[in-house]
Amino acid sequence: MDHTTYSNAYISDILQSVKTIALVGASAKEVRPSYFVMKYLLDKGYKVIPINPGMAGKELLGQMVYASLSDVPEPIDMVDIFRNSDAAGPITDEALTLDPLPKVIWMQLSVHNEEAAAKAEKAGLKVVMDRCPKMEYGKLSGEWARVGGSTGNISSKKQSMHESGKMQSLGLAPK
Amino acid sequence: MSEQDYGFDTLAIHAGAQPDPATGARATPIYQTTAYVFDDADHAADLFALRSFGNIYTRIMNPTQAVLESKVAALEGGTAAVATASGHAAQLLVFHALLNPGDEFIATRQLYGGSINQFNHSFKSFGWKVAWADADDVSSIAAAVTDKTKAIFIESIANPGGRVNDIEAISEVAKKAGIPLIVDNTLATPWLCKPFDHGANIITHSLTKFIAGHGNSMGGIIVDGGNFDWGKDGKYPMLSEPNSSYNDIKLYETFGNIAFAITCRVLGLRDLGPAISPTNAFNILTGMETLSLRMERHCENTQKVAEWLEANDKVEYVNYAGLKSSPYYDLAQKYTPRGPGAVFTFGLKGGYEAGVKVVSGVNLLSHLANVGDTRSLIIHPASTTHSQLTPEQQSKAGAGPELVRLSIGIENVDDIIADLDQAIG
Repeated sequence: MDHTTYSNAYISDILQSVKTIALVGASAKEVRPSYFVMKYLLDKGYKVIPINPGMAGKELLGQMVYASLSDVPEPIDMVDIFRNSDAAGPITDEALTLDPLPKVIWMQLSVHNEEAAAKAEKAGLKVVMDRCPKMEYGKLSGEWARVGGSTGNISSKKQSMHESGKMQSLGLAPK
Repeated sequence: MSEQDYGFDTLAIHAGAQPDPATGARATPIYQTTAYVFDDADHAADLFALRSFGNIYTRIMNPTQAVLESKVAALEGGTAAVATASGHAAQLLVFHALLNPGDEFIATRQLYGGSINQFNHSFKSFGWKVAWADADDVSSIAAAVTDKTKAIFIESIANPGGRVNDIEAISEVAKKAGIPLIVDNTLATPWLCKPFDHGANIITHSLTKFIAGHGNSMGGIIVDGGNFDWGKDGKYPMLSEPNSSYNDIKLYETFGNIAFAITCRVLGLRDLGPAISPTNAFNILTGMETLSLRMERHCENTQKVAEWLEANDKVEYVNYAGLKSSPYYDLAQKYTPRGPGAVFTFGLKGGYEAGVKVVSGVNLLSHLANVGDTRSLIIHPASTTHSQLTPEQQSKAGAGPELVRLSIGIENVDDIIADLDQAIG
């Protein structure tokens, strides 16, 4: 498929169907974008499994860190790649050896790997490239507008509060 | 359906403005509050570290203001926006994000007189140096670029001269120099001109003018085009380098194509403080819903008034880019095909005295220092907005002693013409 633009429905289906996300390239540095994203996704109720060989066996934001995708002892719905475009190739290859297979390969902002995308799609996975799941969640929920962002959506339905019940947390509208 | 599929008027009414999640209120509520309760300590920490999209304090963000920002960003085709107390405040925040003491930027001489003052005088206190160039001579802009130049600033339709600038040609100069082009789009509004389509990187507005339309509320806005690489050469350290006031976060790395807007908010609004009031944001939102309807009438009336003036014996010249006699007619056809706005100038054969006589003699037009109201407005710049400038600067800015500026409203055009007719005498 064409990866220059994604419909709201495509992104929304992914963010509403996945529950367990392996975040490859997780960082313990609190100012790194990968830390921001991991914290945000945890707050939105996803199970996030950090992958970082240098931190294997330690905990990050209360989650056990693994050295590689193959070490994760449970099914992974989505692999979120916080590495460069070249590294996304072997990470996708490894993801495609998992049993059960993940449903989604997601490459972060500025990460593109057409070859890896084609392989994953051939195996029946959905692929997103050059996007951030935190930003996309923010756009779909409407939180993005709180920082002046153009959300890409208009609707006459009221915004949905997040199921956590937190006052300032918006959720994704039920399908 | 994504926003790109909707028409301008649908966006003007709906973009950013979903029904309120707490009450279901259909109109955007006025969130007249200074602060917001945190869910818990962890949430508060996330907000202060910029990890979460939420509300902290109205100096930095406010839900009514957020609707305004999201709507203007959508109409301009930008990625994000930051509303401010006034258009001048928007300019301050833009340059605060881009310039260090000792840095320079280029601005065209044909600008709103208030901006000329701000750039020449107040900005000096920050150590920011403006280099003036001629908007009609793009090579003079290129010639003004030095290794300290960090941006180029122009107006799409220049105030008050009825000029339309060649945004694409100037954007080429900016691209070549590796610096952003800032376009003030106040007099055009996104209904008449879309600067991001012509190579602009940042857009500013005084919302007080046509976007609000009613002349009752002050406001400004910065729109981020999301189309400039702030990280490539360390030229913009506030965006690309670790920020010690946020635990060494790098704003461009973290916020990508909305990083400029975020910088103006979390450093500019936070530290300089020119926040828009929630009530003003609401008033401006109300006006914006009818933006295209008003602009169509503004342009239709203005064309008729300009043509009438051009045919009047006591009028020496009319500077309106909608007239075939204007040197900017072709640029107007390209950049503002729906009409080059409603602000223009004309010169009276009787000079300074004749100008004073007209502004004194009007009964329907209002003699005041504003533009972009539903009411028709008139001013004599040489004795008011441009009086701080030298006569030479006045002429260079298109505001000589014989010159009168009009901002044509949406009244019945025959009444506007009749009033001018009796005042010119």
